[in-house]
Amino acid sequence: MNILVNGEKRENRKGKTLAGLVKNFNPSNKRVAVLLNDDLIPRDRQAAQLLKEGDRVEILTFAGGG
Amino acid sequence: MLNIKERARYARHLSLPEIGEKGQKKIWKSRILIVGAGGLGSPAAYYLAASGVGTLGLIDADIVELSNLQRQILHFTGDLGHLKTESAAQKLTMLNPGARIISYPARLTSGNARKILHDFDFIIDATDSFSSKLVIANACHALKKPYSHGGILRFSGQTMTVIPGKTACYRCIFELPPGDSQIARGPLGAVPGVIGSIQAIEALKYLLRKGSLLTNRLLIFNALEMRFREVPLKINPACRLCARH
Repeated sequence: MNILVNGEKRENRKGKTLAGLVKNFNPSNKRVAVLLNDDLIPRDRQAAQLLKEGDRVEILTFAGGG
Repeated sequence: MLNIKERARYARHLSLPEIGEKGQKKIWKSRILIVGAGGLGSPAAYYLAASGVGTLGLIDADIVELSNLQRQILHFTGDLGHLKTESAAQKLTMLNPGARIISYPARLTSGNARKILHDFDFIIDATDSFSSKLVIANACHALKKPYSHGGILRFSGQTMTVIPGKTACYRCIFELPPGDSQIARGPLGAVPGVIGSIQAIEALKYLLRKGSLLTNRLLIFNALEMRFREVPLKINPACRLCARH
């Protein structure tokens, strides 16, 4: 199953959840903002969200410096 | 009418059909507030003052420290220990004596934000903390003031422009401040130079009503890979600010 994560193509097994994907990208569990096909998915809904072919995921870190 | 010196100073703007004398006068009559006179605020303030923005507000409570000078190019070694707003006002006045600089040597808080923001046409978020970014997003939303968000982390930066109530806002994506405090690493000194310059351009485009603003898009700059990436955004129906509309 192919999805786009932060603009890059990734292959994932079927049945992968958004929470699982986010954990791979963010092992230290920092607070990130997660968009699925342009919609913000709150943290408490990420575990129930199954990924499907062609999904676009953005995992955005907070950039707080100035 | 612009006088001879002003014609010469802004000749390159006047030569652009998108600006011309009419546009230059719009820039001159405008009032822009820059929150934070640091890494992002420095390039933004320099370019806006040089561009002929008539009134520039600067808010910052900090004093100039040695570790600021690697990136905060408004401040020089001789300014150590001085208020950043004083140091900035001095440089900007030297650059363009016609610009009126209003200094607020204070911290922007939910208590004073609305009063300070009230008189400005466009706000530049050049702050270095999430709490300040939330204060700006909240106050701009309440007053319907357009703003440019900017943020820096190590070798990367991000920016977006917000027209409150009309386009996705900072809190549509970043609802709450991160619970974990980021370790202060970086940034590479020139990274805020890139993002702060983009913020200045967005302010000018807004004043001139020209081109397409960086709305409903988060622009992410990765300096190590030297790539810009755009993330499409839309108003989050559950956003604490936008959902009320």
